[in-house]
Amino acid sequence: MDAIITFLTTHWLGQAILILLQCLAVTVPLLVSVAYMTYVDRKVWASIQLRRGPNVVGPFGLLQPFADGLKLVLKETIVPSSANGVLFIIAPMLAFMTALVAWAVVPFDDGWVIADINVGILYLFAISSLGVYGIIIAGWASNSKYAFLGALRSAAQMVSYEVSIGFVLITVLLCTGSLNLSKVVLAQSGWFFNWFWLPLLPMFVIFFISALAETNRTPFDLPMSEAELVAGFHTEYSAMTFGLFFLGEYANMILLSALGSVLFLGGWMSPIPFAPFTWVPGVVWFALKIAFLLFIFSWTKGTLPRYRYDQLMRLGWKVFLPVSLGWVVLTAAVLQFGGWVPKP
Amino acid sequence: MLLQAIAFYVFAAVTVASGTMVVVSRNPVYSVLFLILAFFNAAALFVLIGAEFIAMILVIVYVGAVAVLFLFVVMMLDINMSKLKEGFLDYLPIGAMIGAALLAEILFGLGVWGSGASDTVQAFNSAGIPPAAIDNTRAIGQVLYTQYFYLFQVSGLVLLVAMIGAIVLTLRNRPGVRRQRVSDQLYRSKEETMTVVKVPSREGV
Repeated sequence: MDAIITFLTTHWLGQAILILLQCLAVTVPLLVSVAYMTYVDRKVWASIQLRRGPNVVGPFGLLQPFADGLKLVLKETIVPSSANGVLFIIAPMLAFMTALVAWAVVPFDDGWVIADINVGILYLFAISSLGVYGIIIAGWASNSKYAFLGALRSAAQMVSYEVSIGFVLITVLLCTGSLNLSKVVLAQSGWFFNWFWLPLLPMFVIFFISALAETNRTPFDLPMSEAELVAGFHTEYSAMTFGLFFLGEYANMILLSALGSVLFLGGWMSPIPFAPFTWVPGVVWFALKIAFLLFIFSWTKGTLPRYRYDQLMRLGWKVFLPVSLGWVVLTAAVLQFGGWVPKP
Repeated sequence: MLLQAIAFYVFAAVTVASGTMVVVSRNPVYSVLFLILAFFNAAALFVLIGAEFIAMILVIVYVGAVAVLFLFVVMMLDINMSKLKEGFLDYLPIGAMIGAALLAEILFGLGVWGSGASDTVQAFNSAGIPPAAIDNTRAIGQVLYTQYFYLFQVSGLVLLVAMIGAIVLTLRNRPGVRRQRVSDQLYRSKEETMTVVKVPSREGV
């Protein structure tokens, strides 16, 4: 046993294997939760609309996600004859991959993180800005007008809302004095009203709405508005290539919920900082917070109608951008003149 | 160490290869995609030498924003590439000269490398931060907002001027455009926009 541990921690091959194992330890649970997120999503919409939702495959329909996945795997992948073959296949892989690699820096508990890097927030921001490529390449490579229009819309939308997410991140950064996500969580220790959602409430709201826009969810799911664009950028995709887009979208939703709970809901912290509650492992609290945010995602989708495109752009550029910029200035001023600037 | 060496050679090779592909590929969309790949590998090289802040900024600014706009424009243009490639050899000398000038600038920069370092160390000493405790995000911030503050402001101004210029060039006043005024819509009340009519059964309004 000791020999194995020394091999894994010192030898270069062992380190490579260890990194691989860590990646699997994050990816496999993530994929299972993506599968069950589709199930939960459908159940939540069903109860909002007074239906039962999936209830046939397995007990309470619990095997439904796997049945859907199996169906997508077994179907034929159709590449349109005028499409750009290589890019057409690469695009869904990109969309899915960018949703997965971001998890490398997310802290699940104190010290439970694959890469505890100093620029964790910037890394997440960088990776989430890559997500747009999968979509824009898909739209172009399909060589179809609906797909292309959907991709253009989606790219413009994601670029616009990233700006306000950037300002939200800067505000949190000002309050913690570190770009390391573990330190961001540690800066929020204590009762649940010490978490950043309360002092930075407007930013939390802006972050959540921008997250909806960033993941192309209702009310901002214009890239795939059925009435105008068939299915948006993935109109031409079938079988598992479509499945990868679908999984990527859900993985992105879970990622942004995780980011939201790290930045504003105290990450792995227990909401009440004494005995019976602190016995619960941090991972459980973290998962509960993610689940809470994901429920709001589904709830929103079940409740709100779709925005019009100019309304979406107006909200992003004329409302969120000035408000978040103003809040950054306000936070900086309060921290500076109140003497609360975090010490390095 | 071995892993790092392998990583360096892989990233460096891919950077050079994709840089070449940017120039020689037939399709402009492929060129932009190879450009993105080159940016990405350059960022990875920055990470390898421990400049993680610059690496992330490179990805966020160039890959996440600039290249997206490039791709936007290139995808919408209908470019005849074979025609564009005809002058390739004519422009080669000029391109080579620009490349040589850039290389010379980099070498010149390397020649005076480290001459500003003592000022930087002084800036940290005066801020009371031990040099061991500095990660490079903090180091850049500490220098950028003290020693190079005016240069930083000036570069911000240059960007602002460019932004205003772009707006001025594209802004035009078109008469007769009907716009939606959101505040008007929000101030509409139920009374002035809606009437509730009780329709008797089988009679109609």
